[in-house]
Amino acid sequence: MITGISIYEILTVTSILFFIGVYGFITRTNLISILISVELILNASVVNFVIINKYLFPEVLQGVYFSIFIIAVAAAETALAVSIIINLYRQISSVEVKDIETMKY
Amino acid sequence: MNYSSFLLMRQEIALLAIILLLVIAEIFIPRDRKVSIIHLTIFLFGIHTIVGFFHMDENNLFGGMFRTNHLIHFFKNILNIGVLILLLQSADWIQEKILNQNKGSEFFILMFSSLLGIYFMISAGDFLMFYLGLELSTLPVAALAAYETMKRISSESGIKLILSSALASGVSLFGISMLYATTGSIYFNEIVQIISSTNLTLLGMVLLFAGISFKISLVPFHFWTADVYEGAPISVASYLSVISKGAAVFILMVLLFTVLKPLAHIWENIIYMIAIATMFIGNLFALRQQNMKRFLAFSSIAQAGFILLGLIGQSPTGTATVVYFVLIYIFSNLAAFGVVQAISLQTGKENIKDYEGLYRTNPNLSLVLMLALFSLAGIPPVAGFFGKFFLFTAAASKGFFLLVFLAVVNVTISLYYYLLVIRAMFLRKGDNPIPFFKNKIYMRIGLVITVLGILLLGIYSPLYDYIYELSSTFN
Repeated sequence: MITGISIYEILTVTSILFFIGVYGFITRTNLISILISVELILNASVVNFVIINKYLFPEVLQGVYFSIFIIAVAAAETALAVSIIINLYRQISSVEVKDIETMKY
Repeated sequence: MNYSSFLLMRQEIALLAIILLLVIAEIFIPRDRKVSIIHLTIFLFGIHTIVGFFHMDENNLFGGMFRTNHLIHFFKNILNIGVLILLLQSADWIQEKILNQNKGSEFFILMFSSLLGIYFMISAGDFLMFYLGLELSTLPVAALAAYETMKRISSESGIKLILSSALASGVSLFGISMLYATTGSIYFNEIVQIISSTNLTLLGMVLLFAGISFKISLVPFHFWTADVYEGAPISVASYLSVISKGAAVFILMVLLFTVLKPLAHIWENIIYMIAIATMFIGNLFALRQQNMKRFLAFSSIAQAGFILLGLIGQSPTGTATVVYFVLIYIFSNLAAFGVVQAISLQTGKENIKDYEGLYRTNPNLSLVLMLALFSLAGIPPVAGFFGKFFLFTAAASKGFFLLVFLAVVNVTISLYYYLLVIRAMFLRKGDNPIPFFKNKIYMRIGLVITVLGILLLGIYSPLYDYIYELSSTFN
């Protein structure tokens, strides 16, 4: 619990973070930037879980545990995505979205 | 601590043991005899499938995080049979293309890890287990999609799958956090007592639904499907379209019928709209496909739309029909993908145009593909007809007549494009038809099992009664 800051302010921040992530996912043209946007979305959920647990239901620690698992899974996800991107880079020497459009419609 | 209660996780423990055995086998089997890993895997997984049919009790473990009942157990067995057929069909591909790159056993390890995630996902009792199962079932498949590291389209499909699935899981996590905010719990049986239709709950439900719809490839979230299916190896595409989709349908059904049951009047509308959109878009886009894998991808999107008709009924009949349809869908779709894989492995051809005159050169394969497409289209003597018929009955018995009418219109559209492929095989004389070839033993066994399933499942009525009995205890 942070004195002087209510849950509304923090939830507003996480919602903004979430939508920045969604916006970035749609508009970015670099695969690494898209990956960073996904991380923003996941981190918004992590903060959400911790804050909801701390402010609303402090007696049970379900949200905090959940957030730890999300962080671990997000790391695995990023590692896998980066490894696939590296493999792609070896073949086409580019990480731009416009270069991975051989399959369409 | 009573260790015998761990027997409820028998399937998971057995599968984990197989994965570990494969890791050890990979270390100790010398490089020139790696072929034996394929035989070992199929043997071990065959035993696992047979042992799975033994009786299992119904109970909860870990304070309700993990639960199992007869329907869940039965569904795991269905998935086991599907994966076994898939292994039989992909054995030749692994032996010819993958083993010489010395990465044969990783294929099995990744696929079994994904299956393990699916097990945990469908028997999840809280959102943490559900989320972990969902991720464990998705991430290895993304690695598998990018498995042919020498091919550019394989890497492309892998990156498309991993990025979109990461977005989907992020969105559904945000939804889960909102459900947690309004109910104060992540356990299914605690949430269902408190949940009510406030605005925040509804937003959470919609976001969660979006995340799962991605796995089933329902329409606003279907854009990854065709690209990933085309680029990925065929066995991975069929895993995605059959096993992964079937499991996601099951967990969606569990969530809607148990956790979100108090919000039924709202999610019924969502499913109504999405079912119509999915059927029409899937079918209309399938009409213009030239590549067989893309064609099957859009056909599987349309089939997912039909499955939603069973969910909207929200009754024991609905549950039974969905499970029954998924069972039939596994056999029909695996038969279609099996034939595509056999032809692609021998000749490298994947376009519908290349299939012209297939009946003259390879009559058996074209008969299998014809049966599979008839079953997907729902033509009476084969099993697919009964699956669709029960789905439509379940929706019509709840009064959704317009929806059933639109579904029947869609069945007619789908009949057209399935018959296009059959016409190419039987009536056209191609300039350059695929030469005759003989399949190896594993592929033949895999195709024979699927054909038996397509022919017998529809006629053998005690099976439906059995599923109905299981699902009445479930609701």
